[in-house]
Amino acid sequence: MELGKSIGLEMGVATRDAFGKTLEEMGAEIENIVVVDGDVHDSTRTRFFKNAFPERFFNVGIAESNLVGIASGLAASGKQPLAASFAAFLLCNAYDQIRMGIAYPRLDVKLVGSHSGISLGQDGPSQMAIEDLALAASLPYFTVLVPADEHAAVWATRAMFDHHGPVYLRTGRPDAPQVYNVDSTFQLGKANVVREGNDLTIVACGLMVAIALEAAHTLSQQGIEARVLDMHTVKPIDHAAIEKAALETGAILTAEEHSIVGGLGAAVAQIVTAKQPVPMTYVAIMDEYAESGDPDDLFDKYGISAKHIVQKTTELLDRKQAS
Amino acid sequence: MNTNELLLKSIEYRKTILEIIHHGGAGHTAGSLSCVDILNVLYNKIMDITPENFDSVNRDHYIQSKGHSVEVLYTVLADQGFYPQDDLFKGLNQNHSKFIGHPTRKVPGIEHNTGALGHGLSVSVGLALAGKLNGHTYRVFTLLGDGELAEGSSWEASMSAAHYKLDNLIVIIDRNTLQITGRTEEVNGLEPLADKFTAFGYAVRQVDGNNVEALSNLLSQVPFEQGKPSLVLANTVKGKGVSYMEDQMVWHHKVPSDEQLVIALKELDTAKLELGDV
Ligand SMILES: Cc1ncc(C[n+]2csc(CCOP(=O)(O)OP(=O)(O)O)c2C)c(N)n1
Ligand SMILES: [Mg+2]
Repeated sequence: MELGKSIGLEMGVATRDAFGKTLEEMGAEIENIVVVDGDVHDSTRTRFFKNAFPERFFNVGIAESNLVGIASGLAASGKQPLAASFAAFLLCNAYDQIRMGIAYPRLDVKLVGSHSGISLGQDGPSQMAIEDLALAASLPYFTVLVPADEHAAVWATRAMFDHHGPVYLRTGRPDAPQVYNVDSTFQLGKANVVREGNDLTIVACGLMVAIALEAAHTLSQQGIEARVLDMHTVKPIDHAAIEKAALETGAILTAEEHSIVGGLGAAVAQIVTAKQPVPMTYVAIMDEYAESGDPDDLFDKYGISAKHIVQKTTELLDRKQAS
Repeated sequence: MNTNELLLKSIEYRKTILEIIHHGGAGHTAGSLSCVDILNVLYNKIMDITPENFDSVNRDHYIQSKGHSVEVLYTVLADQGFYPQDDLFKGLNQNHSKFIGHPTRKVPGIEHNTGALGHGLSVSVGLALAGKLNGHTYRVFTLLGDGELAEGSSWEASMSAAHYKLDNLIVIIDRNTLQITGRTEEVNGLEPLADKFTAFGYAVRQVDGNNVEALSNLLSQVPFEQGKPSLVLANTVKGKGVSYMEDQMVWHHKVPSDEQLVIALKELDTAKLELGDV
């Protein structure tokens, strides 16, 4: 993808790569970490951990329900298991095991879903997770993390082991533009303001943060200054930052590489409507499955490119004006 | 179609698979090559599925549970006349094409969306049950990967198939002994596989799954036993037909380069010459 280039963002590695490398480092630091895979460790990048710690790595084959159940048992025995697969297969195939084996007993299992959203491109909708955030976030006790770039992914991988309890970490396939640098700081449950502005707030997560910055750049040329919030922790969501954004900017647009149903937009709207009602609009996949193709073209076709953020902002600001 | 004609078809199919994957820039190469001969025999010799009868209720059914090998299915369906072969060179895996990276019902001739593994056998049990309920004589053929058998749903569906005595169901396992990350026996041992299927209530037969003659002979005998689902353990070679792809893990999801394509097509043309005139 050409993402971020037009506004001078440097291309970084994919969030799945940064996750994989960091997991390997953590494997050396925490001997109690064990990893369970379902025949996809090349794709999820748990292969780095596998190569370094083969005795703590279990590839159980193409069996996601089984692998999550095994992770649950490992956690119940005091291990710190991480289970990884494609987001679509991990969340959808193993949902009952996640619910009964991890969420309900509140066990310390980390789930990592790669190839999220539609940016995986050519393999098509059967491999694309556009429902994973809704599924993960609706499970009580779960923390849900969506890193925007490699720096955020390094942080998220570490943060998830610092936190005791179930976590879902969403990673992506393509290289991601660097929104942050090595000195950037993060805090679980606290959104990062990656761009200041007072005319509206764009709340984004994952790859959409870079796309939001691109859109904000275009808007700025039209005299509109957008605040961009990176909601890297989709759950528990940062209530204070959302209320503040609503109060100070009076309009909110959410942007996510996920279905409009049950994801970031829904979570933000719940807070805005309860605490500080302002006009809102949503950039997300509109309740449909995509197709195969080049990621840039798919973002364009399915309505989640910078262009769409700009278009929806115009309409949103009209409503803000009227209200 | 006689054996020589089938052999020739397999070669043509292999060439098309390689060409469309190369052209589209994505695809699951080796898994398609491993089951070409199975689809060839099913569509040209065994099954009653045509563009003309596709909408009728009492025709055979084919469910490809190993959806990632969609390129072989696209190739064979084009040859059966479901759409022009040219269509496969206009955007396989690309934007705005209905020929996407895994099977969908948008494509003429495809009955079910697959691509997440472990679904096709249950769906096939449903189709077979409906056939029994409605008093239809159609058969349901379904193709599974061997790595795919780790999904527990395959075994749940197997129990149902035997329980409902679905002798109109024919399950074919593409037993190429490889999955993405290694040999099935190293990742998650399946053996003794024939014994397991027998114990689950199938009438089990083994066959060289890259031998069109043996496949034709065996598949024309289904059901193998009245009152039991049939299961064919088809021993195959992943990447079959292209020397440098055969039994090589790396070719699971790899696209041949320009030079690699030339070499592969040359090998297949040589094989065609050796067949002689048909
Ligand atoms: C539920 C699910 N998990 C994981 C995958 C990713 N995947 C695609 S193909 C494949 C390996 C398939 O191996 P096998 O069934 O042996 O097929 P073949 O060797 O014939 O290609 C995997 C793990 C998937 N498509 N679906
Ligand atoms: Mg296999």
